[in-house]
Amino acid sequence: MIGYLNEIFSGTWSLFVGLGITIKYFFKPVVTVQYPREVLTMTPRFRGHIELVRDPETGGDKCIVCGMCQKACPSGCITVTGDKVEGAKKKALTRYTLDFTKCSLCGLCVEGCPADAITFSKDYNLAGPTKETYVFDLKKRLEERNG
Amino acid sequence: MSAFAQTQLKETFVINLGPQHPATHGVLRVKLVMDGEYIVEAEPVLGYIHRMHEKMGENRTWAQFMPNTGRMDYLHALAYNHGYVTVVERAAGIKVPERAEYIRVITAELNRISSHLLWFGAFVLDLGGFTPLLYAFDDREQILDLLESVTGSRLTYSYFRFGGVYNDIDGNFVPGALAFIKRLRERMPMYHALVTKNIILRKRLEDIGFITPEMCRKYGATGPVARGSGINFDVRKHEPYSIYPELDFDVPVYPKGDSMARYLVRMDEIEQSMRIVEQAIAKLPEGPVMAEKAPKILKPAKGDYYHAVETARGSFGLRVVSDGTNTPYRLKLRSPTFSNLSLFGEACQGMLLPDALALMGSLDLVIPEIDR
Amino acid sequence: MSVHPEVIRLLIFLVGIIAFAALNAAYLVWLERKEAGHIQRRIGPKEVGWFGLLQPLADGIKLMTKQLIVPAGVDPVLFRIAPILVMIPAIMSFVTIPFSDTLVARNLDIGLLAVFAFASVNVLGLLLGAWGSRNKYAVISAARVVSQNVAYEIPMLVTVVTMVMISHTMNLTKIVGQQMGGFWHWNFFNLTASPLMPVAFLIFFVCMLAETNRAPFDMAEAESELIAGAFTEYPGMGFGVFFMGEYANIVIGCSMATILFLGGWDCPFGLYPGVHWFLLKMYLLIFTVIWIRWTYPRTTFYGLLNLSWKILIPISFFNLLLTSAMLKVFKP
Repeated sequence: MIGYLNEIFSGTWSLFVGLGITIKYFFKPVVTVQYPREVLTMTPRFRGHIELVRDPETGGDKCIVCGMCQKACPSGCITVTGDKVEGAKKKALTRYTLDFTKCSLCGLCVEGCPADAITFSKDYNLAGPTKETYVFDLKKRLEERNG
Repeated sequence: MSAFAQTQLKETFVINLGPQHPATHGVLRVKLVMDGEYIVEAEPVLGYIHRMHEKMGENRTWAQFMPNTGRMDYLHALAYNHGYVTVVERAAGIKVPERAEYIRVITAELNRISSHLLWFGAFVLDLGGFTPLLYAFDDREQILDLLESVTGSRLTYSYFRFGGVYNDIDGNFVPGALAFIKRLRERMPMYHALVTKNIILRKRLEDIGFITPEMCRKYGATGPVARGSGINFDVRKHEPYSIYPELDFDVPVYPKGDSMARYLVRMDEIEQSMRIVEQAIAKLPEGPVMAEKAPKILKPAKGDYYHAVETARGSFGLRVVSDGTNTPYRLKLRSPTFSNLSLFGEACQGMLLPDALALMGSLDLVIPEIDR
Repeated sequence: MSVHPEVIRLLIFLVGIIAFAALNAAYLVWLERKEAGHIQRRIGPKEVGWFGLLQPLADGIKLMTKQLIVPAGVDPVLFRIAPILVMIPAIMSFVTIPFSDTLVARNLDIGLLAVFAFASVNVLGLLLGAWGSRNKYAVISAARVVSQNVAYEIPMLVTVVTMVMISHTMNLTKIVGQQMGGFWHWNFFNLTASPLMPVAFLIFFVCMLAETNRAPFDMAEAESELIAGAFTEYPGMGFGVFFMGEYANIVIGCSMATILFLGGWDCPFGLYPGVHWFLLKMYLLIFTVIWIRWTYPRTTFYGLLNLSWKILIPISFFNLLLTSAMLKVFKP
């Protein structure tokens, strides 16, 4: 009998305590960010899809077409092609294709590049109508960014 | 239908707790043989998200398998990373600098806290309380922001490398982590008052879903499921690895074996993980985060190696057979949730359906980890 | 030809009541979503109109444009009249509820009995709907709802009988009339009639939650854990009518709680009584109903029935005996 009444009292009290907690949070400000009206900036190490780094001296890319990124990638997303240019020791990049639909953002390509030619972008607004939108031509994107 | 069910001579019917279901966390199908409201037999049907990780392990180089480890149990990905790098380092004989070991433990324990917070929210959501999920996600968001500033990812981390970690922590991480721990310590009493002591939740969890220690041993259940039945086994204490021997923490064990015991084990583990992170941050040494002589193309010696780590769900074991080339010969992943789920068939016999769902929630299932 | 003023008055009230019920059903959804949002530290709907105030309109248009699929094997009559059977008693109960001392459609002398009689028909509508759907899971779910409703009607009616014993009348306007003049006259604080009066209010409130199938007693709706709920086969607007019925029932339940325990349209300090106080108290109780839903997990089915048969019924009977003893002693 005592146990029965005790359970009723402690149970009812726990219910009131719970109500007190939720009403306390009712009057506190919201913690959500009203995207897209407010936008957060990404941290410096955020892993978006990779992009070519601009070489400040030449205005182009730093890639030496060694193929380390292509070999390191577990998913086979990267294809690098280059040509030998007269008068230069290393090859020059003609086409850098990233198939972002397969990329898992592991970072083995960025880590393995000996010329520091690629880095992670901060791009997260990725929504498109077709799959082909996400087969990036990174050299063209670099030229578009440079203006 | 098994012979057991057929000999029951009751009017039973078979119902599917189908692959698409709000209460099963992932694509799990459970075939239930029910007698009215009571479950006579339950048979989990797996394989809906089998992605052949073990086969991929045979076709990728050692370094290329890293992203796969983060995608099996995506909620505690860093522990899976940790297990993989430790077993390969043991095979190849790579020594890891102190600072890297400390960073590994700090980030893995923060990830454990975020996994338990998500389990907490999803479990109470299954039982019908919608609000604690959002409060838990508020806290989890802080952890994800911290780990994003260090690793760059929020969920499927690929941060550890053979010989250390990918990059060092930045200046904001330590103050951020300490501020987060202080904030979560203040909020834990709120969770206990709102959820744990609530009479409705207690009626739903206490004395429901008993799992005996013999059942745990029979099916190989580890982690909070076993510790909630009184078995005191934690890989971090009983088969220590990394720097865990130098840290002082308790392993919560509750002998009762009902769903409430498993719930309390996980809530206490959050507190213990916070203790571990505080101690590790206090002891964090300076130094490099990557071994200098870590080879670029890894070819470990021939042999058979095994290592187990303690994840949020139990003991995750990796068996690696190397034949001296740059891809593994065989990579076997021992999934803790697979063993935990196996005892569902025996534990839920004779239970009512909502109680069986509460039991399934308290087992903390992540189906992609079962199916690998 | 002159029209009798009583007919005009009744017509105005008819339109007014239906408009009140419909507006409440629509905007209580808005209130619920906003309140749930703020409890969970987020904003509820905000895009459609200022503060999301046009959201119910958008939802209503969406429901109306859905195709009304009537499945092939259903019972043609029962399937169609079930939503109506749930909606009609709720609207009919509004007839006798006094919003202020002059604002009542029909002040019946047995107003209290009428409201609770109509409330029982609600359950019948649900059961007929599930039976007419010819879906065995809907029937199982509806059978549970029936046993839940029957179990919770008993403590509710015992508490109402206690109030009738105190007020000596079933006329709702007179019941409120006895509570006028400041909050110390309200039945909630009427401790000389029964020291357990706040407990009686709590029992009434809990029973009202269970009668309207609101969380934490919403096994019927949230039963979609496995077995689909009682309304599975109802498309678009059919489901919408069931939901309107549920919100109308909540409004009726909160109005009855206000009238019986909180003094109806009385001001707490006795200054300016009127319909605004009635509406304020009723909406505060509705706020509490929504607040309770978003705080607690769901009870299991047998936990729910145990609560009623083993806890609420003994306490309400004890309260009844105590009240009759106190009335005998203190008011001969």
